[in-house]
Amino acid sequence: MTRKQRRAAFIVTGIAILALAVGLVLYAMTDSIVYFYSPSDIVERGVEPGQRIRLGGLVEDGSLKKLGDATVRFAVTDFAETIPVTYRGVLPDLFRENQGVVAEGRLAADGGFVADKVLAKHDEYYMPPEVSDALKRTGNWQGEGAAAPHSQTYGQGSYP
Amino acid sequence: MILELGHFALVLALAVSLAQMIVPMIGAHRRDTALMGVAAPAALVQFALVAFAFFVLMHAFIISDFSAKLVYDNSHSEKPMLFKVAGVWGNHEGSMVLWVLILSLFGALVALFGRNLPDTLRARVLAVQASIAVAFLLFIVFTSNPFLRLDPAPFEGLGLNPLLQDRALAFHPPWLYAGYVGFSMTFSFAVAALIEGRVDASWARWVRPWALSAWLSLTIGIAMGSWWAYYTLGWGGFWFWDPVENASLMPWIAGTALLHSAIVAEKRGALKSWTILLAIVAFSLSLLGTFLVRSGVLTSVHAFAVDPARGVFILGILIIFVGGSLALYAWRAPVLKAGGIFAPISREGALLVNNFVLAAAVAAVFIGTLYPLLLDSIGGPKITVGPPFFNYTFAPLFVLLLCLVPFGPLLSWKRADIAAATQRLFVAAGLAFFAGLIAFAFVYEGPWLAPLGIALAVWLVAGAASEIAWRTKLFAAPLGESLARARRLPRSAWGMALAHGGLGFVVAGIVGVTAWQSELITALAPGESAKIAGYTLTLERVGLRDGPNYEATGGVVRVDRGGSFVTYLLPEKRSFPAERQEKTEPAIHTTGVSDLYVVLGDRVEGSKWVMRAYNNPLAPLMWLGGALMALGGVVSLADRRFRIGAPLSARARSRTVAAE
Repeated sequence: MTRKQRRAAFIVTGIAILALAVGLVLYAMTDSIVYFYSPSDIVERGVEPGQRIRLGGLVEDGSLKKLGDATVRFAVTDFAETIPVTYRGVLPDLFRENQGVVAEGRLAADGGFVADKVLAKHDEYYMPPEVSDALKRTGNWQGEGAAAPHSQTYGQGSYP
Repeated sequence: MILELGHFALVLALAVSLAQMIVPMIGAHRRDTALMGVAAPAALVQFALVAFAFFVLMHAFIISDFSAKLVYDNSHSEKPMLFKVAGVWGNHEGSMVLWVLILSLFGALVALFGRNLPDTLRARVLAVQASIAVAFLLFIVFTSNPFLRLDPAPFEGLGLNPLLQDRALAFHPPWLYAGYVGFSMTFSFAVAALIEGRVDASWARWVRPWALSAWLSLTIGIAMGSWWAYYTLGWGGFWFWDPVENASLMPWIAGTALLHSAIVAEKRGALKSWTILLAIVAFSLSLLGTFLVRSGVLTSVHAFAVDPARGVFILGILIIFVGGSLALYAWRAPVLKAGGIFAPISREGALLVNNFVLAAAVAAVFIGTLYPLLLDSIGGPKITVGPPFFNYTFAPLFVLLLCLVPFGPLLSWKRADIAAATQRLFVAAGLAFFAGLIAFAFVYEGPWLAPLGIALAVWLVAGAASEIAWRTKLFAAPLGESLARARRLPRSAWGMALAHGGLGFVVAGIVGVTAWQSELITALAPGESAKIAGYTLTLERVGLRDGPNYEATGGVVRVDRGGSFVTYLLPEKRSFPAERQEKTEPAIHTTGVSDLYVVLGDRVEGSKWVMRAYNNPLAPLMWLGGALMALGGVVSLADRRFRIGAPLSARARSRTVAAE
C-alpha cells in the first residue's frame, strides 16, 4: 500500500464516520426537539394534541389538588391564559403555588395538559428564564425582587 | 483582618502570575537562562499564595465567620463540619478559587518535577499555565471577590442548599475541577510545543500522564455526580443529558480521545499534530463547561442567578484562549514533522478510528447542547433538546466504538493481522452471544435492544479479559509461567484492561436501569402493602425524626420477598429550617446486582402517603464500572515508565557514558 492509498483509507474512514454522525444528528433533530410554550402561546397559536411540548408559567394560586392515587392536578398560568395540568407522581421538592414551573408532556384532546415530567428549579427569587420571558411577553412580569444569593440557586431544582 | 490578608494574597498571586507569564516567555525566545529561571520559583510562589487565600476562606467557613459575605450566604453555624468545609466550593466565588488553586498546584508540580524537560519547553509551559492563572485571577478579583465583608456582621448565615449537603456531592466539584484543570496542563504543553515548533519524546511522555490524571479525575467527578443524582433526585435516574452534565461529558470524551492519541504520539511518534489539536480541544471544552455552568446562560440545576458581567468575562476568556490557541495551531502545526507511518489495520489505525468516533460523539453532544442556546440567542423559538436526541446520535456512535474496543489492544503496531486478533476474541464473542441469548430468553419485558446491550457489555468485559489471558498465555502455558508473565506485564496494560472492562460494567448498568427498571407509584396508609418486582413493601408507620440541621418525616417500610423478611427501609422527607427548603431522601436496598429504591412522597387524603418505588436491575454495576475505570487510570499512572524520568536526564546520561 502506498502512502497515498493509506492516507486515502484514513480520509474515507473519517468521512464515513462524519457522515454517519451528521445523518444521526439530522434525523434526531426532526424527531426529538421539544418546543417551549406559555399558556398564551397554546391558546393563540394552537398545539396539536399529542405533540410533545414543554409548558411553562406560574402555578396558579389555590389550584393544586392532590388526589388519593398519587395523581396531582394544578393549573399553569401566565395571567393571560391558564392551562389545567394533570401529573401522576411525586412533585419536585421545590414545587410551590405561585412560583415558576415547567411541565413536559402532551396536550389532551380536552385542552388539558398531561405532564410526565415536572421541573421546578427555582426558589422565592429565581425562576426559569423561559418562564420569566413568557411572563414579560404577556406583560405580567413583576420583577424578581432581591437578587438571589448564589447559594440559593446553585444545584437547585429537581429533574423529572 | 485575616480575610483581607487572603484577598491581598490573591492580588499578589495575580501579580506573580503576570510576571510568570511574560518573563520566561521572553527568556525562552532569547535563550536567556536567567529569565527562564523565573518560571519555576514564580510557579511555586503563585501556588503558595493561592493556597493561603484558599485556606483563609476555608478557615472563615470553619469558624462560621459571618462577617464574610460568602460565608453568610452559604453557611450556617449548625451545619455539620464536613459541609462547612465543602461549603467553600458550594458557591460561585469559592469554587473559582478552588479552580485557580488546582491550576497553580499543577503548575507547581511541573516546576518541581519538570527538571528533565528541555529548559525552553519548561519555561514556555509554565508561562502558558500562568496566562490561564492570570485570566482566572482577574476574573475572581474583578467580578467574584470571595472576601467581601458585611458590616454589621449577621449572627447567623443563610445556610447551604440542602441538595448540596451530601457526602458524594461534597467531593464532586474538586474532582471535576481537577479534571477540567488537568486539561489546562496538556493545553499548556500543546501551546508550548507549537511555540517551540517541535514535539519530541519527552513532550509526549509528559503529556500522557497529565491527560491520564485529568481523565481519571473527570471520570471520578462525573461518576460521583451521577451517583448523587441517582440517590438524591428521587426517581432512580442517573444521567439526564442536562446541558451542565454535557458540559462535563464533552471534555471527558475529548480527553478520552487525547489519552489514546497520546499513546501513539509517545510510542510511535505519529499523530503529533492531531494530539496537539485534541489537547487544545479538550481544554477548550473544559473552559466552555466552566462558561456554561458559571454564566447562567442555562436553565439547569447548577445555574446561578444571571450575572451578565461574569458571563461576558468568561466568554472573553473563552474566546481569547480558544481563538488564540487555534490560530496558533493553524499557523504553527505545519512546522511539526510527521512521524512513523502505519498501515490502516494496525494499533495506530485502531486508535485513529477510536479518535474519529470520539470526535464525532463530541460533536453530536456539542450540537445538542448548544443548538438551543444558539437558536434562542438569534431570537428563534425556545426549544429543548432532550434525551431522545442523544439517544439517536450519541448512543449509536458509542455502540459502534464499543464493538471495536476489544480489537484495539490485540492489534500490533505498524501492521497488524486482523484475522489473528479476531481468533483471540472467539471466546469473548461466544460468551457475549450466550449472554445476549440468555437475556433474550429469560427477560420478557423491555425493549428488544436490551439483550444486545447485555451482549455488548459481556463482549467488553470478556474482551478485556481475553487480552490479559493472551498476554500471559493463560491456559496455553503452565500456570506458573502465566503468573510470572502476569507479574511482568506493565501496569499500563492492567490499567487498560481494567478501564475497558469497567466500561463493560457501566454499559450493563445503563442497559439494566433504562430497559428493565420497574416503577410503582401508590398511596399507602400505615399498615398497607404494595408489590414491586417480587418484593412486598409494607408501610409500617410514619413519624418525625431529628437530624443535625433538619427535621425529617420518616417512613418505616418493611421489605419482604417470597414470604421472608428482607430489610427495613427508611425513606425520609427532610425539612431544613435554616434554608427553608425540603429534600427527599430515598432509601435504597442493594443486592449487588439490583437496587430496590423507595421514596416517600406527600401526605394525601385519608391519611395516606404517596410512595414511589423502583427496582433497578444491574444499577450497582454502573458504579462498580465507574470505579474500575478510575482504578484502571490509577494503575496506569503508577506504571514504571511515568515514575522513572525516562528519557534520562543529561546528568544520568553522562554518568552512563562514563560507566561504559
